[in-house]
Amino acid sequence: MIEASPRVPDAGRGIRRIRVPQKLRNLELFLLILACGTNAFAVVLVQLGALGTVDSTVITLGASLSVLVLGMHIALRYVAPNADPFILPVAAILNGIGIAVIYHVDLLKGNTGWESVAIRQVVWSAIALVCAIAVVVIIRNHRVLQRYTYVFMFAAFVLLLLPMLPGVGQEIFGARVWIHIGPFSFQPGEIAKILLAIFFAGFLVQRRDTLSLVGRKVLGVRFPRARDLGPIIVIWALSMSVIVFQRDLGTALLYFGLFVVMLYVATGRTSWILLGGGLFLAGAVVASQTLTYVNDRFNAWLNPFSQANYDDVGGSFQLVQGIFGLANGGLIGTGLGRGRPDITPLSQSDFIISAIGEELGLAGLFAVLCLYLLLIARGLRISFAGHDDFGRLLGVGLSFVIALQCFVVIGGVTRVIPLTGLTTPFLASGGSSLMANWIIVALLLRLSDTVRNQPRLVI
Amino acid sequence: MSKELKRVAIVVLLMFGALFVATTSIQFFQTDTLAADSRNTRALYASYDAERGPILVDGQPIAMSVPVDDDYKFQRTYPNGPLYSQVTGYYTLGQGSTGIENSLGDFLSGTADSQFLARINSIITGQKPKGASVELTIDPVVQQAAWDALGDYKGSVVAIEPSTGRILAMVSKPTFDPNTLAVHDTQNVIDTYNSLLGESGDPLINRSIDGNLYPPGSTFKIVTSSAALQSGVAATDTQPNLARFPLPGSNNTVSNAGGGTCGGGDSVSLETAFVLSCNIPMAEFGVQMGDSTLVDMAKAFGFTKDLDIPMAVQPSTIRSPMADDKLALASFGQDEDRVTPLQVAMFSAAVANKGTIMKPNLVDSITAPDLTVLQQFEPKVFADPITSATSSTLSQFMVSAVQNGAASNARIDGVSVAGKTGTAENGEDDPYTLWFTGFAPADNPRVAIAVVVEDGGGENQSGSGNSIAAPIAKQVLEAVLNK
Repeated sequence: MIEASPRVPDAGRGIRRIRVPQKLRNLELFLLILACGTNAFAVVLVQLGALGTVDSTVITLGASLSVLVLGMHIALRYVAPNADPFILPVAAILNGIGIAVIYHVDLLKGNTGWESVAIRQVVWSAIALVCAIAVVVIIRNHRVLQRYTYVFMFAAFVLLLLPMLPGVGQEIFGARVWIHIGPFSFQPGEIAKILLAIFFAGFLVQRRDTLSLVGRKVLGVRFPRARDLGPIIVIWALSMSVIVFQRDLGTALLYFGLFVVMLYVATGRTSWILLGGGLFLAGAVVASQTLTYVNDRFNAWLNPFSQANYDDVGGSFQLVQGIFGLANGGLIGTGLGRGRPDITPLSQSDFIISAIGEELGLAGLFAVLCLYLLLIARGLRISFAGHDDFGRLLGVGLSFVIALQCFVVIGGVTRVIPLTGLTTPFLASGGSSLMANWIIVALLLRLSDTVRNQPRLVI
Repeated sequence: MSKELKRVAIVVLLMFGALFVATTSIQFFQTDTLAADSRNTRALYASYDAERGPILVDGQPIAMSVPVDDDYKFQRTYPNGPLYSQVTGYYTLGQGSTGIENSLGDFLSGTADSQFLARINSIITGQKPKGASVELTIDPVVQQAAWDALGDYKGSVVAIEPSTGRILAMVSKPTFDPNTLAVHDTQNVIDTYNSLLGESGDPLINRSIDGNLYPPGSTFKIVTSSAALQSGVAATDTQPNLARFPLPGSNNTVSNAGGGTCGGGDSVSLETAFVLSCNIPMAEFGVQMGDSTLVDMAKAFGFTKDLDIPMAVQPSTIRSPMADDKLALASFGQDEDRVTPLQVAMFSAAVANKGTIMKPNLVDSITAPDLTVLQQFEPKVFADPITSATSSTLSQFMVSAVQNGAASNARIDGVSVAGKTGTAENGEDDPYTLWFTGFAPADNPRVAIAVVVEDGGGENQSGSGNSIAAPIAKQVLEAVLNK
């Protein structure tokens, strides 16, 4: 343990009584009722705005989701009574708002029945929730995961390679990140990010001493020895191959950013950030010069409104329409069911944030961003308050992966960075993404329960 | 580890900070520019979402939105399309708009700043937003009279109330039917638009205030005479009565319209020159007073000045500075003098209103759907080119011109009409541009008018302002006086 000597609890001030499971779960229940009520209200508003009437079938479907969320709440009462009370309601409301907006785009496009993306999203949410409940119930102690560090590594690599396999792999919108088995398509990279986070946490807990203690000092920054560069080079190469072979810029950035941040937290060495950032920038510059699709993305980012880029195949049409959508929403939005998010391509998945900004306005978008921040903050809190380094690293990894994914995809839509094809956590349509994010929620809940169970310091 | 975690938390905050800034920039600061982008179809759909307000003349709609069952919910219709086409303009599906539809588009669609609270209200109450209605100053009787009187001629009629600047009639021919451009089929609209563009006579252009502008011919003598009177050049002076006037510094000469001298005698006064519409004495007065005096007076009447009625009026122009040979020609409305019919009507309006031009204006009031008045237009002074004394002298000149001079065809029994004709040359062999401007009744003016007929009214170089334009003006004046 590198940690400083254990802090002596200062009775009365720094520490208060924290074993109040009943209170926590009751707070969670209250927030959940708010969240589910908001979600139902959102769907009703969409129907009133777009159809002028209320159609009960969709609401019934949505209600079944609320039942599952409440099921998870009940499961938590038994298996993780001390878990953080904010995480589940935040995830639930994000998921619900996503469904409402997806449903509106369905209505605008005339998708019904199984064609309806919203219906499929509800079903996927149900599956994801069942997975999440299973994770909290089965994994009673997160340290079990540490035991299988290298199994997770192997599994992650296999998942990443799956789309490259002929037969099951499938290319959609130029990115080869999907597998297709029977009627189901799945993006294994989404699940892989969790496995990678677990693997990184386990690996770094073992190797942090060598990675942080030795090395030469240059300009006041201690740089690692060449032979300790192995892991970061491997992960970098992995990310670059994702860019080259799977043509997926966002995922590459996500994995590499995740690793570098976890490495930094584990070792406390700024040099890793410098090294990692340099490596990734170098890779990105080379990629933007040599790979046309990366180059296109850069051009569309820098000059989206030029007519040439706008008309180009793979140009800025989608980005510009997304921005028009956001602008159409303005401060308070058109209202749910009142905007035209269907004009923007992929407004149910990659560009859902533009659809939300259009219908709920800047106010609604700020609310959504704050919900994400709350979720991330609760995750980081686990890392601050945790005792075992594996749990702390896993906590920061899982929270940061959500933060980075939000930044990459929302930043792409709002022109902070070039556009890449990542899904917006919980909001965007897509089964693999939902499942992955709900499993993250389950893991964070499990971690937070442990933290509360074995109090060290509450911050 | 905590120090690193704090830094990671700060990085997360910075990343989200960037997202907050970027979304604010797009959704708050750039909304107007983004909505104005022609590729933004949402703005187009949104503009049809609200019921666009009607444009009214004397309480009757001349442009209105009728509910229809398609994507755009409302169809813009123009019940008396061609008659008011140049006033209303057209409103198309994403292909732009003109006229009042364009210049008051914000009010009609309900998105003007003064309608902000109403918009918020309709969002909260869930009522469908509705645009404001625009009541025009146009008088339907006068408009119809102007339309009928102009007949099949290519040209324009503008009538304004001198004491207020209210535009009573504005006709420009040839014209178009705005209904054909309001259909909800973009390709159809583009085809119609292109065929209108290709038609001879530029039907899409409102020649009352826009287009290529016309040489004013002798109507400009109102300006020259104003300058001569105000500068004192004409108070006592007369000019040599010549049959040919050699242009200073040039081998060319100028003659009067009739070919001879201006009336009898060795010298000629400003009054005679004006009433008989002689070119040579005007040229002589012009050269005597100098180019800056004339140009300043033209500008005082509104030349080169921006004016919105609320459509933008193309400013009339005059060469400045100019040598004496050009000045001589400019003094009787040739050279590079170019005017809109509205500007020429303002010549008469100034004389009619004791030397003051009231700002010409088409809009009477803008009323929100809940009947609150958003804007009520009050008469405003546009310019003060001449003194009251000068105006009464000019008024006498113009009455004489109709009574016993070159504008005889504008006479109305029992009413004293003031007027001035113009027959402007374009090119050596090109047909004339025929003018009449004036006001009535001369002692208590209720209307000032300008009539222009292009292409010599089909009579090449044999028609005159008096033979073709004056009778048109007479009919419009009668329509006002008979009310």
